[in-house]
Amino acid sequence: MSSKFQNRWWGWGFRSAVMLYFIILIVLPILGIYGQSLSAGWQAFADNITEPLAWKSVQLTVIMALIATVINIAIGTMAGWVLIRYRFPGRSLLNSMVDLPFALPTAVAGLMILLLLGPQSPVGHWAEQLGFSILFHRPAIVIAMVFVTFPFVIRAVQPLLEELDPAEEEAAYTMGASKRKTFFRVIFPNMLPGIVSGAMLAFSRALAEFGAVVLVAGNIPGRTLIASVYIFGEIESDNAAGAAAVSVILLTLSFLILWLVNHLQSRRKTA
Amino acid sequence: MHVEVRGLNKKFGEFHAVKNVDFSIAKGQLIGLLGPSGGGKTSILRMLAGLETPDSGDILFHGKRVNDLPPQERGIGFVFQNYALFKHMTVEGNIAFGLEVKKWPKSRIKERVAELVELTGLSGFEKRYPHQLSGGQRQRVAFARALAPEPQLLLLDEPFAAIDAKIRQELRSWLREMIDRLGITSIFVTHDQDEAIEVADEIMIISKGNLEQKGTPWEIYKNPQTPFVASFIGESTIVEDVSSLRGFEDARAWPGTKGLIRPEYVEIGKPEEFQILSATETGRVKHLQFRGSEWLVELEVGSTRLVTYRSLEKEVLHPGDEIQVLVHRAYLFNDNDSWIMENKLKEDRMYVEI
Repeated sequence: MSSKFQNRWWGWGFRSAVMLYFIILIVLPILGIYGQSLSAGWQAFADNITEPLAWKSVQLTVIMALIATVINIAIGTMAGWVLIRYRFPGRSLLNSMVDLPFALPTAVAGLMILLLLGPQSPVGHWAEQLGFSILFHRPAIVIAMVFVTFPFVIRAVQPLLEELDPAEEEAAYTMGASKRKTFFRVIFPNMLPGIVSGAMLAFSRALAEFGAVVLVAGNIPGRTLIASVYIFGEIESDNAAGAAAVSVILLTLSFLILWLVNHLQSRRKTA
Repeated sequence: MHVEVRGLNKKFGEFHAVKNVDFSIAKGQLIGLLGPSGGGKTSILRMLAGLETPDSGDILFHGKRVNDLPPQERGIGFVFQNYALFKHMTVEGNIAFGLEVKKWPKSRIKERVAELVELTGLSGFEKRYPHQLSGGQRQRVAFARALAPEPQLLLLDEPFAAIDAKIRQELRSWLREMIDRLGITSIFVTHDQDEAIEVADEIMIISKGNLEQKGTPWEIYKNPQTPFVASFIGESTIVEDVSSLRGFEDARAWPGTKGLIRPEYVEIGKPEEFQILSATETGRVKHLQFRGSEWLVELEVGSTRLVTYRSLEKEVLHPGDEIQVLVHRAYLFNDNDSWIMENKLKEDRMYVEI
């Protein structure tokens, strides 16, 4: 960079612009939500939260997101492993398709699930025959969440696996460790930080999902209505305080997770 | 462990990395595999370890063929070039790994780890992680870790390559001492001839997948069997026409033969410094280079360029000085053959004097 940009007036200007941007775009709206939810006092906030439908929607969201995260941990770890360690035709195509859920509008994802799992589709028909339905029931919520958060664990595990020195595995072999032992004692501990931080990001993203879920969940209050859809409903029916209260809970959860991820990553860097 | 290798071959695609290599190593010896990078040394080492499968040939430990044994069952220790320590384990954890895998009882593991920590001078560092150690310490952890399960053969791949020059010297003598004390058969790979000469009982020179020569460092230096070995070990100058040098006129009988002359084969000085002046001829100093403990002198004899050393105790020379040159011997080689030729005049004179 030229010395002009290192000039302290320039530096001051850049820093202020970035700060201002952050404040206007992120900090102020967040403070606004906290302010809005607490504007009628703590009692009103507590009432809004403990309103049975609101509380149920939050509970449902957390449970569904947890299930989706567990599924993503299992599948994501395996997919990351296969995409790095195996060489097969179509590997690079698959690898680039991992990011598709990020690029796709979530409403499109919802529509895809709708068409794929609807009662007219083979899968929906088959499930119906077995005596349960996916669409407009809880399984559909989990499927939508899994689809949307699919890339997180894979993308967090891949660089760690790539970084792993193959000689570490060979060293384990020469010391008498079987392939299985080598995986669990040498490779897996190296993947773990990626799995954990990927899972946390996936969980926090699953909590927030709206577009894909709203199309497939059926949104029956108290049964398949998740928090973000509840917020949408409250706004529609002009209850901003109710919407803000649930938002605050989601927001606080997201903050906690983000902080945890950062904490884990900084520990990894110093370690 | 007695190691024998017969007709070992390894190809990577089109590249013939190891070509028909045979050798045998007696129990308790420290062997250096020496040669230029990419010459196949590491491939040989990895095949001994079972990390690479030979295309053909046999590997025998204690007279038993081990080709089909996986690395886990060969009873070897391997020290990797960049150590490959387990980053998420402490020094203790790294050393104990092989023992835990082999299901040693806890108390014996503890004992063995303490013993190795002591042996490798890592006391006080047991709880540290690899990234908290210096290069030399990491190297010693790798060494301790490889030795822990009591292997019968220790394989080291460029063990000192990643360590700076000063500590390398220290570690070399440390390793030599350690291996002497343990009496374990060891093979190490290096591209550094000083390292091989200093540390190894025997050197195997490997080039382009061939085993060029095997012998003690002194044998290899004194009696190189191929032109490659002669030029790889020590410093040397190639002389196109040896017969132009005084005392080597007989070389004319073998046209197409070149000579290799080491700096230490050449003696220079003022006329009064020589006892057999008739064997010398006059040359001219071209260039002088201070080497820390001696002068490196480049000189010209007729049209031939030679290089030699000169003690700092002797009179200082200057470029352009006329000087007497005595070439004691030359290593002659052509496409089919190679041999050492002594200076004829020097031998004759000595004979007369007796």
